[in-house]
Amino acid sequence: MTSNIPSVVKKGKRINSINFLSELVMHLILGGFALLCVIPFAFIIIISFSSADSLTTMGYSFTPIGWSLLAYQAAFDLGAELWRSYFNSFFVTIIGTLLSVIICTMYAYGLYRRDYPLAKFFAFIAFFTMIFGGGLAPTVMVIRNLLGLADSYWALIVPLLVSPFNFFLMRTFLKVSVPESLIESARLDGSGEFRTLISIVVPLAKPGIATISLLTALAYWNDWFNALLFIRNSQLYPLQYLLMQMQTNVDFIRRNVALLGAAANIDFSQLPSEGLRMALCVLVVLPIAFAYPFFQRFIVAGLAVGAVKE
Amino acid sequence: MTNMRKFINRNKTTFAITTLMLPGALWLLLIRYIPMAGIVIAFQDYRPHPPNPTLLNNIINSRWVGFDNFRFMFASADAWRMIRNTLAYNAVFIVLTMVFAVAFAIMLNELTKKFMAKLYQTLMFFPFVISWVVVSYFVFAFLAPTYGLLAENTNWYMDSTLWPLILTSANLWKTVGYSCIMYLVAITSIDTTQYEAASIDGATKWQQVWNVTIPHIKPMIVILLILSAGRIFNADFGLFYNVTLDSGPLYPVTDVVDTYVFRALQRLNNIGMSTAAGLFQNVVGFICIMLVNGIVRKLEPDHALF
Repeated sequence: MTSNIPSVVKKGKRINSINFLSELVMHLILGGFALLCVIPFAFIIIISFSSADSLTTMGYSFTPIGWSLLAYQAAFDLGAELWRSYFNSFFVTIIGTLLSVIICTMYAYGLYRRDYPLAKFFAFIAFFTMIFGGGLAPTVMVIRNLLGLADSYWALIVPLLVSPFNFFLMRTFLKVSVPESLIESARLDGSGEFRTLISIVVPLAKPGIATISLLTALAYWNDWFNALLFIRNSQLYPLQYLLMQMQTNVDFIRRNVALLGAAANIDFSQLPSEGLRMALCVLVVLPIAFAYPFFQRFIVAGLAVGAVKE
Repeated sequence: MTNMRKFINRNKTTFAITTLMLPGALWLLLIRYIPMAGIVIAFQDYRPHPPNPTLLNNIINSRWVGFDNFRFMFASADAWRMIRNTLAYNAVFIVLTMVFAVAFAIMLNELTKKFMAKLYQTLMFFPFVISWVVVSYFVFAFLAPTYGLLAENTNWYMDSTLWPLILTSANLWKTVGYSCIMYLVAITSIDTTQYEAASIDGATKWQQVWNVTIPHIKPMIVILLILSAGRIFNADFGLFYNVTLDSGPLYPVTDVVDTYVFRALQRLNNIGMSTAAGLFQNVVGFICIMLVNGIVRKLEPDHALF
């Protein structure tokens, strides 16, 4: 016991820190897992730059025998289709996030107001949809048949427009960052609800709004499910869905080549399709891979607040 | 007089706030509540009625078949298979994600080189920001026939043997880092003097973890467990559809409720059965969350969700 205490404080080390060996082991475990998280992406990048020769002789490899930009050339030759999908993804993400955050902030403001008699009712109708729903088929049919949104940008925007979870996350944000006395004094000064919301609540709730915007934007950017359900017109494909189509379409090409077989005498290896889809994958991931280290802390801070029950 | 004014003002406020709620409420009505009414299709032989095939018209004119859709579903081995898969995968995912995430969070918190801890966190967050479509490419790079790094002589997308392992790894890969960072936030909020006091009293690191860290993050563990237990009958569609490339030979170990519902709807166009399966999923899910919440409420009322 007496011998323990001096050893903890000696060499000016942080009190109660762990010994060197355990720290080394922890670095190995954590560093190993951290690397594992990004290695597949590095692998895709390497494949996308591998030469067609290398791909045919040794398949996908971390150490290809030759490098080439052919896959990216082919990807840019997709031209219109690729840029169109980039545009669709950006368009849907921006419009969707904007609308979604406005709706969310307004709804959460009502839930947050203690003197609003219908707050409980609106909280319940939002909460109930988190624990029960009509299921996939009726929802799809309402969006397709009743609202007639299939094959339009709305089919990509509307389904993700509202998340009850975000309503409650936002309400918690408001509770934490906007003192109710401020609302009260604004009212005494004769400020209407809309003005109070815009000029007092929104500026104070900026970090919360940033978090919700990022979570929503991420959901829109990564969405392929709604395209799978509602989009047939390739002009409307978002990036993720184009990528998904590439996977099956290249398989489709390969199947046909296999069927035609030697008769058609097509050397499949000359088509850079294997590298092409990997290049496309890189182009899809790149924007987010660059952006996320900057917005990560907002999401973490936001979800930390959300994890705390009010 | 003042009472009257107060009354008018209050109603004005109520009215103004209600208009703010309307867009969100309208969405909930259209996209969540009207489909709930669509549940009736589960008890119908739903067919389009050509002269005027609107949703309402189809429902009115379709034949009522009672529980036939459910009977048909449970008569096939597929139903039991997908129920088993859904529950088993989710149970494994929930437990393993929690164990790994908590362990990693505790380790991250102990590192003395803080910039390394930050670096690890950033790298671990990456899987959270990409879609399952992209993950399916990552997996494909390793398992693709002939080209894949691990191709050798097995055609992975035809042989189901190792897929439980592959899907579990893919899921852990995607969820552990993010979940770990959530726990880390909770751990860093612990007052460090508690650890110092414990160490002066002679507590080893292990004892500190068990007696200070774990009790502190227990509420969060409980809440996240409830949330995931309530969703134990909801599978992550992207994992089971994209990562497997929806390969038929793998269905015995990869078919889950969500892929089953999707297939009945999109491929077989059996809308009645798809609705029935979805309803079954939602009812079981609802019971699960009520049950778990009820249990937690009894044991530790502070941690219950509602």
